[in-house]
This record gives sequence, C-alpha cells and structure tokens, in this order.
Amino acid sequence: MFDPDFIFMIGLKVFFAFLMIGAVMTMAGYSVLAERKVSAWMQGRVGPNRTVLPLVGYIPFFGRFLKGLGIFQPLADGLKFLFKEEIIPGHVNKFYYNLAPIVALVPALTTMTVLPFGEFFNSDGESVPLMLANLEVGILFILAVSSLGVYGIVLAGWSSNSKYPFLGGIRSSAQMISYELAMGLSLLPIFLWVSQPGSGLLGLSLVDIVQSQSNSAWLFLVQPLSALIFLIALFAETNRLPFDMPESETDLVGGFHTEYGGFKFGIFFVAEYAHIVVGSAIFTLIFLGGWHFLPWIADPWPANWIGTIIGIAWFLAKTLFLIFFFIWIRWTLPRFRYDQVMNLGWTKLLPLALLNLLFYVLLVTWLDQSSL
Amino acid sequence: MNTVDLLFYFFSTLALGGGILMVLSRHPVSAALFMIVSLVSVAALFVLLEAFFLAILQVLVYAGAVMVLFLFIIMLLDVGPEGGKVSRIKMISGLAGCLSFGILSVLLIQFVQIDVSHSANWPTLQTDKAVSGNFLLFSNSVKNFGFGLFTKYMLPLQVAGFLLLAAMIGVIVLSKKSLSVDKEN
Repeated sequence: MFDPDFIFMIGLKVFFAFLMIGAVMTMAGYSVLAERKVSAWMQGRVGPNRTVLPLVGYIPFFGRFLKGLGIFQPLADGLKFLFKEEIIPGHVNKFYYNLAPIVALVPALTTMTVLPFGEFFNSDGESVPLMLANLEVGILFILAVSSLGVYGIVLAGWSSNSKYPFLGGIRSSAQMISYELAMGLSLLPIFLWVSQPGSGLLGLSLVDIVQSQSNSAWLFLVQPLSALIFLIALFAETNRLPFDMPESETDLVGGFHTEYGGFKFGIFFVAEYAHIVVGSAIFTLIFLGGWHFLPWIADPWPANWIGTIIGIAWFLAKTLFLIFFFIWIRWTLPRFRYDQVMNLGWTKLLPLALLNLLFYVLLVTWLDQSSL
Repeated sequence: MNTVDLLFYFFSTLALGGGILMVLSRHPVSAALFMIVSLVSVAALFVLLEAFFLAILQVLVYAGAVMVLFLFIIMLLDVGPEGGKVSRIKMISGLAGCLSFGILSVLLIQFVQIDVSHSANWPTLQTDKAVSGNFLLFSNSVKNFGFGLFTKYMLPLQVAGFLLLAAMIGVIVLSKKSLSVDKEN
C-alpha cells in the first residue's frame, strides 16, 4: 500500500494540482483587475493606478509603467480581504453561513481537474494531452460538478436570514436549473458531430473534441447556433451580466452575499471569477479549436516541446480573449429583469436548442446514409 | 486492505450516515443537505467501481438538479423545524417502511445464500471499448451504455420515457388548473 512509487505518483499529482490551482487562481485574480481596467477604459476613466510595491516604484520608467497598469492591485485586494475584521451578523444561521463560501469555491476549483490545456509530444511523436485527469466523459464531469456550485449561492442566501439575500438565492436556483437544460442540449449536436463513424473519437471527451478540430473547421463554424446557445447559457451559469440575478446590486443590495464581508466575501468573489476562467477555457476547447492554430490550417509550430509551449500560449490567448469578451458584454448590456430571464430561458433558448438538436440529428443521419 | 477498500468504507459510511441523518434531522434544509451528501457519496462509490458515467449522471441529475428543486421548494415555502404538518397517514408510512424493509431483507438473504462458487458465473468487466453487434459486453464504457439502451433495452427505455412524459403532462395540467382557480378568486 505504501510503496515509494505509489507515494511518488500521489505526490506528483498533488504537486500538479497545486500548480493548476495556482494558475487558475492567479488568472481569476487578474481577471478582477482586467474587469476594473476594461470598465475604466470603456467609461473613459483611468482605473486602478496607485498600488505599487515598495522600491518597485523607484525603478525609472518601468516602475511607473507597472504602477499605472495596476499590476499590484489584486495583491493589495487579497491582503485587504485577509486582514479585514470578520463580522458575522447576529441573525444568521451560523453553520450554513460559514459553510456557504466553501461550497461555492470547491466546485469552481474541481472542474479544472478534467480541463486539458495543451498537448505534449512523447518520444514517439504521439500527442499526449496535458491535463490532471483524462476522463472519458470529461465534459459531463464539468457539467455535473458546476451544477453543484449553485448550492453555495442558495445556502448563502438562505442562511443570511434576510430578505434580499434570500431573493438572490431563490432567483439563482431557478436560473441555474433553467439554463442548465439549454446548455446540455446545445452540446448534444457537438457530441454527435465529433464522434462520427471511422474517426475513432468520442464526443464526450474534451481531448477528442479538440483533436477533431485540428486541421479542420472549428466547431463554432460548423455549428454556430450551438455555440451561441452555449455561450448564452454560460453567461447565465456563471452569473454574469446580463444574467446576474443572484447579485443584481441595483435591486437586491448585494444579492446573496449582502451579509458577507471580509474573506468570506472574497471567496465568493474569487469563485465567480474562477467560474469565468474555467467557462472561457471550456468554450475555447469546444468551439474555438483549443490549442490548434486556425481553422483548416495545420499547426505551424513543430511537434516537440517548443510546439507544446506555443500551443499552451495560443490556448491561453484564446481563453483570455473570451474573458475579455465576458467583461466587454458586462459593461455593454443592461441587466435583464427576472421574468425576462425566465422567459428567455424557457420559451426561446430551450425550443431553439431542441430544434438545433433535431436539425443536426437529421443532418448527421443524412450524411451517414449518403456516406459522404 | 488497500486504498480502494479504505475509500469504499469511508464513502459507504458517508452515504449511510447521510441517509440516517436525513431521516433524523428536524430541519428540512438540513435533511435536504444530508440527502445531497448521501447522493454524492453513492456517486463516489460508482467511481470506485470505475463506472464514471453512472457516477456523473448521479451527480448531474440527482445532486445537481433534483435536489436544487427540493431546496428551492423548501426555502420558498419556508418550512422550519416546527413548520409543516405532521403526516396523519402514519399507517401508510409504516406499511411502506415495513414493505421496503422486507424486500431489502429478502434481497440480502438471497445475496448471502449465493455460494462463492457461483461468482465464477458473474459477468466479468470487459475493458475493451469495441461495441460488438452480437452480444452486449459488460463494460463501463459510455458507448456500451448507449448501445445497450437502444438495442436490448429499447422497450423499457421507451416505456420509461412515456411514463415521464405522462407525469410531466399531469403536472402541467394540475398546475394550470390551480392557476385559473386563483384568477377567478
């Protein structure tokens, strides 16, 4: 049971897991900065430009540049969250109040276990995906675990024992269930398309979905409607504007986290941005070709470690663009009303997703029969 | 006892403990949360059997959707530990409990009585993913699930689908009716 190989394997996995969490959390922290900078840019403001580490500010030109970029702002924010006084209001249900932030963060961090972010070429020149666990049904795992994330919000809203957080929690649970359906249905045509006979690929595996897009069309060009429905559902599932029903600070004060402060609020905040990072990565993998170069063009980089690094960088670039897209939408569109959200989900998106599925089922059958 | 055994005992304790606490807890929200713990532990047991697909479906359908609805209803009606009516039909509940206990014990006795030599006849797990046309492989791959569902188990699948459809239409009819009564009032 405790032979050295086994311990080494476990240790290596734990080390990789920490690396992955570090990378995603850093990206989540810097998306907060990006959010503030992009919103400032869109509204003709400057954004965070005062925080600087001691000494760094005295470096000529470069120090001033970093300061203006606000690159140290997430650090200061994190410290502020850590050292703020933890106030637990007297009227809350203490156990669930403390449990809720944990329940919100854990699913957000668990989804990244099955997220491939690049490919590695072994000595035989075969491509090996870079990921923590290569699960055959990876995309379903992500859908399942991220559906657990709603409990954090619902529990926070309920345990706060106060009206506005409660409304936020109730709205959030209704919204999550409504858009999960459309999200799942929009992915079914992708599974059908990827696992075509003879290709040997399985549509439920994220790696196979990416490999099916190498040197051929990206899936958002093949199935634009699926991509659109998935993107809208993704906005709803990550609680981003125009779907931020659980928070909607203009009518619910702060929504589900009204009664939270200090580090617990910070955890909710980080969980939301971690969801955005992972969601952007998933959209990149499924619809934007993952780490492959451009549609119909073979990867121009060599199949060795240089290619691995360029591939990861290319994947990251696409993911960062999507994060920017999330922010862009937030500062462009106003929020939906609650009934509009429900209306859109049940009477527009769901029938559209069903029709889309039916169309691609018929199309795939026709292509199969005519053996094109 | 290896790691898998340890994990099995851990998660089965969690599943059973969650189930017992669900029945015993006075607050409906606690009960719902213990039920989620129990469901997720059962999913973990599926993972230990390398049935990843079943495990994921368990989490996706039960823990991720059904229980969210449960919590939604509990919170919307604001049922507290003292709220809600005590069921008056204790007879029926008792009967149902006795019946389920009886079925479980019969199953257990049946299972214990099976000789160890019979275990040679149990289906063995096939790890290759090829779907054979002649017979159904006993395997954990997703393709075989689908193949089985749409060939050998086509009729039960269709029947279950129709049952669910009927239930859905029933719910819609019932809720529509109460809505129109409300409007008249």
